[in-house]
Amino acid sequence: MAFYDWLLALHVLAAFSLVAALVLYTVVIAVSWKLALPSDVSRMFRLTRVGDVAVAVGAVGTLVLGIWLAIDSDDYQVWDGWIIAALVLWALSMETGRRTGTVYNAVRDRAPALVAEGRDTPHPELNAMVRSSTGLALHAATVVLILALVVVMIYKPGA
Amino acid sequence: MNVLAVIRPDDWNFPLLVHVLGAALLVGGLLTAVVAQFLGWRRQRSADAVAYARTTFRALLFVAFPAWWIMRIGAEWIYRREGWEDVESEPDWLGIGYITADLGGLLLLVSIILAGLGARRLARSGGETSTLLRISTVLVTLALVAYVVAVWAMAGKPG
Repeated sequence: MAFYDWLLALHVLAAFSLVAALVLYTVVIAVSWKLALPSDVSRMFRLTRVGDVAVAVGAVGTLVLGIWLAIDSDDYQVWDGWIIAALVLWALSMETGRRTGTVYNAVRDRAPALVAEGRDTPHPELNAMVRSSTGLALHAATVVLILALVVVMIYKPGA
Repeated sequence: MNVLAVIRPDDWNFPLLVHVLGAALLVGGLLTAVVAQFLGWRRQRSADAVAYARTTFRALLFVAFPAWWIMRIGAEWIYRREGWEDVESEPDWLGIGYITADLGGLLLLVSIILAGLGARRLARSGGETSTLLRISTVLVTLALVAYVVAVWAMAGKPG
C-alpha cells in the first residue's frame, strides 16, 4: 500500500469512528427516553464515555488526515469547492455536537449525583433533561450534518 | 494512489453511498453492543446486568442487523455496477471485503440469538452471570474487529 492509501484508509476509519459514536449516542438517547429512575439513566449514560473517545478520534482524524490527503494528492486542492464544503460541514457538525454534549453531559453528571444523594426516585428535573427537545434537535442536526458530509465526500461535487 | 476514487463515474456514487452508510451504521451498532456487553460483564447488581444485556440485544437487532443488510445490498450493487463479475482475478481487498461481510454476518446472527436468549435468562434468574451473553460478547467483539479490518481493506485497497 502506498502512503496515500494508508492516509485514505485511516481517514475513512476516522469517519467510521465518528459515525459509530453518533449511533452509540442515538441508542443511549432512545433507550434513556423512557427511563425514570436516576440510577437507570446513570447506568445508560456510562456508555457515552466510549462515544466521547470515538468522537475525538473521528473528529481529529477526519480533519487532519483529510487535509493531509488533499495536500498529498495532485488531483485535489484544499481550496476545491467540495473540500471547502466538507470543512464547513465538519465545523458546523462539531459545533452542534459540542452543544449536544453540553445538554447530555449535564444529564450524565446529574443522574449519579441524585443516586449518591439517595434520591433514586423519579425526578422531574432529570426527566426533563433526558427528554430535552433542544438536545434532541441538536443531536438530529449533528446527524444530518455528518450525513451531508459523507454525501459530499462520496459525490465530490465539482471535482 | 487510489485512481478508482478519483475517476469514479457518477452512477457509482449512490450504490457506494448505500454500502458505506450501511457499513458505518453496522460498526456503530456493534460498537454500542460491545460497550454495553463489557459494562455488563462484571456487574454485581442484577439491574445493571439485565439493563446492559437488553441494550446489547436491542443495538444488535435494531441497528446492526438492518445495517448489515444495507451494507451487503450496497456491496452487491456497487460490485455489479463496477463490473467486477467480469474480472477473472479479483483484487485482495475485494476478497477481504466479501469474507468479512459474510462471515461477520454469520457471527452477528449467532450473537443476536445468544444475546436475546442470554438477556431473557438473565432477567429470569435475577441477574446471575449468563454464559450465553459472554459467548455473544466474544463473537460481537470478533465481528467488530473483522469489520474494522474490512473498512481498512476497502479504503486502502491492498493488493
